[in-house]
Amino acid sequence: MAGEDQKKSFPEDFFISVGGMFYTLKEEIFSCIVFAGRVSSAVLDAFRHPGKIRKRELLYFMNLCGADGVPITFLICFLTGFILGYQCAVQMQKYGADAFLAGLVGCAMVRELSPLMVSIIATGRTGSAFAAEIGSMKVSEEVDALRTMGFMPERFLVVPKLFAMALMMPLLAIIGDIAGILGGAVIGITVLHQPLSAYYSQTVSWVRPGYFLESIIKTAVFGIIICFIGCWRGFRTGSDALAVGRSTTSSVVLSILFVIIADTILAHFFNNIFF
Amino acid sequence: MSEKNCPAIEVKDLVAKYGERIILNHISFTVPQGEILTILGSSGCGKSTLLKHLTGLYTPLSGEILLHGKSIVHAAEEEKRLLMSSFGVAYQGGALFRSFTVEENVALPLEEYTLLSREEIRKKVKEKLKMVNLDGFQHLMPADLSGGMLKRCAFARAMALDPKLLFFDEPSAGLDPVSSASLDELILQIREKTGATIVIVTHELDSIFRISDRSIMLDAGTKKIIADGKPEDLRKNCANEEVRRFLNRGKL
Ligand SMILES: Nc1ncnc2c1ncn2[C@@H]1O[C@H](COP(=O)(O)OP(=O)(O)OP(=O)(O)O)[C@@H](O)[C@H]1O
Ligand SMILES: [Mg+2]
Repeated sequence: MAGEDQKKSFPEDFFISVGGMFYTLKEEIFSCIVFAGRVSSAVLDAFRHPGKIRKRELLYFMNLCGADGVPITFLICFLTGFILGYQCAVQMQKYGADAFLAGLVGCAMVRELSPLMVSIIATGRTGSAFAAEIGSMKVSEEVDALRTMGFMPERFLVVPKLFAMALMMPLLAIIGDIAGILGGAVIGITVLHQPLSAYYSQTVSWVRPGYFLESIIKTAVFGIIICFIGCWRGFRTGSDALAVGRSTTSSVVLSILFVIIADTILAHFFNNIFF
Repeated sequence: MSEKNCPAIEVKDLVAKYGERIILNHISFTVPQGEILTILGSSGCGKSTLLKHLTGLYTPLSGEILLHGKSIVHAAEEEKRLLMSSFGVAYQGGALFRSFTVEENVALPLEEYTLLSREEIRKKVKEKLKMVNLDGFQHLMPADLSGGMLKRCAFARAMALDPKLLFFDEPSAGLDPVSSASLDELILQIREKTGATIVIVTHELDSIFRISDRSIMLDAGTKKIIADGKPEDLRKNCANEEVRRFLNRGKL
């Protein structure tokens, strides 16, 4: 086979590889749609019979993607607020726009950066872990075992993760929001020499309560996307151990891509609501 | 045909492929109820593949598979799941759920498919684990078990619902001779007690002669069944030299 391939001349080779790419793309999109259908039906089923949701797994995953992520989320969002505040303070000082620092950092963190940062952390921490977990279960035939026991694997392997992500990501975002505002405040106080009370009242007057709702909704959506892609890549894992590595990588890349795309759409949507 | 007296498994003209590669080419056989059938063949000839088609994990390219008279190939999703829950499978590597303890692994089908109370389930799990000599290991995680223990636990899980049809993929591979022999006894016991039909993929000659009523042998070259019959008869009188060599440990 390999020998034949090498003999092919340029145009043939080119068209074959382009065709192959589109074929793979078609396969992946189909599998994604099928998987979405299966997950939706499993989620609907879970809503219909809430007693059948496995509580222990739900709690385990809530702990994994929620509580365990608090310190790193706090640190990264604090530093993001700090960096953003620092870069802006330097520029704003030139124009005497010091008083707007609190508003800028607060709005940017709550509406955009904290949901994004939380999602990127979750992609690396949990999305890839989901892909690896399901992928290795596939390699060790555990997914097959679930199926031949007459279960829908999605019910066991996706539903608890999906609920845990949709519930815990918004909480992390709120923590991130507050951490980001604190990071900005440190700059306001140390670089621009604003009193804490002034920074606080500026923040309160700029950052509307609705922005927190935006934060919550965005991260819930991102959480669902990350979980969905992680699990989908996990289920697409081939049957060797290397395949697990490949599927975790692709889950991270695809999650970030789709989170950014979703963010673009949601940013537009929320701007229409608020302005 | 009523469910009572139709064969446990009927395979008609099964063709199986991975991508472009044909693994099984027009295979047909029938397994009557209560029989212990062993599937033999050299490594990589498609034994696990055949088992995965029989259990409905893969859909064949063409052909028909009937389990107790019901098609697993043409069943709709819901029907297929119901059919799947009616038999037990123990996989080549155990395939226990790693986040569950031994007890939870065996209890899972009972929790999902029966209305037994927690206490009754615990009792039932204990009984099944006792059968495979694993009583007392209820609270260990699969990662803490040896290979042989994993296999026995997978056995217990496959038998949790006392199914009428059992599939075992290489149950005794990698076990010491004593465990392997006691596993053979266990398989005979299960059949005696429940009258279950049992399909086993195995390489172990001792097991093959000890437990199987009948063996079929797959061939990697022709991708067909090259022998079908009682293992003792096949060893002595099979027309195919390969089969005799296999059953005589390579000597003729
Ligand atoms: N998922 C798969 N995709 C592609 N090819 C596969 C897949 N699984 C198995 N094969 C190929 O199919 C052939 C039969 O594999 P199978 O696992 O059925 O063999 P086996 O008889 O069970 O072997 P063993 O005794 O080693 O378990 C092998 O050549 C293998 O390379
Ligand atoms: Mg095999």
